[in-house]
Amino acid sequence: MSIDIQKIRKDFPILDQMVHGKPLAYFDNAATAHKPQQVIDAIDEVYTTYNSNIHRGVHHLSNVCTQAFEDARVKVQNFINAPHSHEVIFTRGTTEAINLIATSFGESFLKAGDEVIVSQLEHHSNIVPWQLLEKRKGIVLKVIPINDAGELVLDDLDDFLTERTKLVAVAHISNALGTINPIKTIIDRAHAKSIPVMIDGAQAVQHLKVDVQALDCDFYVFSGHKIYGPTGIGALYGKEEWLNKMEPYQGGGEMIQTVSFDGTTFNELPFKFEAGTPDYSGAVGMGAAIDYVNAIGLENIAAYEQELLEYGMEQLSQIPGIQFYGTAKEKASVISFIVGNIHPFDMGTMLDKLGLAVRTGHHCAQPLMQRYNIPGTVRASFAVYNTKEEIDRLVAGVKRVSLLFA
Amino acid sequence: MGMTIKEIQEEIVEEFSVFDDWMDKYSYLIEIGNDLEGFEEEYRLDTNLIEGCQSRVWLHGELKDGKIHYVADSDAIIVKGIVGLLVRALDGRTPDEILENDLTFVEEIGLKEHLSPTRSNGLVAMIKQMRLYALAFKAKQSS
Repeated sequence: MSIDIQKIRKDFPILDQMVHGKPLAYFDNAATAHKPQQVIDAIDEVYTTYNSNIHRGVHHLSNVCTQAFEDARVKVQNFINAPHSHEVIFTRGTTEAINLIATSFGESFLKAGDEVIVSQLEHHSNIVPWQLLEKRKGIVLKVIPINDAGELVLDDLDDFLTERTKLVAVAHISNALGTINPIKTIIDRAHAKSIPVMIDGAQAVQHLKVDVQALDCDFYVFSGHKIYGPTGIGALYGKEEWLNKMEPYQGGGEMIQTVSFDGTTFNELPFKFEAGTPDYSGAVGMGAAIDYVNAIGLENIAAYEQELLEYGMEQLSQIPGIQFYGTAKEKASVISFIVGNIHPFDMGTMLDKLGLAVRTGHHCAQPLMQRYNIPGTVRASFAVYNTKEEIDRLVAGVKRVSLLFA
Repeated sequence: MGMTIKEIQEEIVEEFSVFDDWMDKYSYLIEIGNDLEGFEEEYRLDTNLIEGCQSRVWLHGELKDGKIHYVADSDAIIVKGIVGLLVRALDGRTPDEILENDLTFVEEIGLKEHLSPTRSNGLVAMIKQMRLYALAFKAKQSS
């Protein structure tokens, strides 16, 4: 089945606007994707028809709202093929999900000298929570290196995985380079030594089908806003055997069974990890976003985005002096580049004047930029609503700006 | 010399008023950035570095005969162009002059967006740092 991009574009009201007198071409999807009307409507419906605090309510609206929230959980469950809905924890996003794991898993299972393994291409969100654990508990953070193409070098992985290794935490897809990491290989090799694996799926779920049972990962985390859903909501999948053994992350309402000053017992999964009133409207919006993606079909989205990626790489590579960062064989629709010695900030500032929204800078992956010894890159990341005509405008824009700085 | 900070700002605004199109304006800014001189490598110290999220600015100030002399640099040319304008406005002035004058020209020539804190290009911190130099030298003079 092929998809009708013009029809899809009409679902996204934000795309139809002028920026600095030029039609907006939005290439910053790896930072956040826009929201289709279906998602906006779903959130609107929460507040206009059934808003009410969820769980433990005996009145009608509370029941409707609770049902919508729990339906959203099931949508997430089905979307990643999790065995049970109680293995899906709603969080504020990927960052909070990783912090939850670092804190709760760390509290329950990590001691001084224990190792956590990440990679060179991680987002700061999958580095800093572990560094906090280094400080707090004296764990050791080890880093899987990458090659020049931006691919993980796994030759020494078995040596990396020692008796002290308690967790491997890697990105499914690099936000700065687009590299699709061979996570199945990593999971299998870690499991061969009984080491659990957490996958940061923030850049993956919007581009390819994720099946946590097929992957057999122990944790998988992602955000709603990068998959056409609202901001402030994300999901953490964890195998129940781990989640049950982990300490709660935050204390408060909802996550308790009984509270007394002699001691408190915690609620069962998933509520144990959802302290306070959760973002139920966000969860409903995220559920609507998953419905939206499912209706188009992730395989259709993936095929179209690969087409855009190939076209973009082909066209951009004709620009004299362009250097690409991230040329992995397996790659999502992210193009990171620098032209000559033009600073990414300069390039981005000028492209903005042409109505072209790109991201510039270190993309919250400074260790990766240090690896390449660059201050940052210009990053164009494509979503299902981007077109080849927009890419033509980007290429023309980059050419024009390059001449200006020559 | 002989012009006040206010007059220099007016002069800059006048220069930019001939551009009716953003491309010309930025081309001029790039030119100023490329032509900015005076920053010797010896000043490229961490203590002079103003780290922005997007770009970096280096600023060094010295007091000579009661006047502050600034030299500055940036790794991004557009930022460097604005840096050049800021230095032009405040270089060779007394601490009091620097502290008494607001830099209004940036807004008047339509570059205010670059001074929004969210642009994280180091410029906001640079202006603050230029004033801190003035405050510090003033305190030193009177002590």
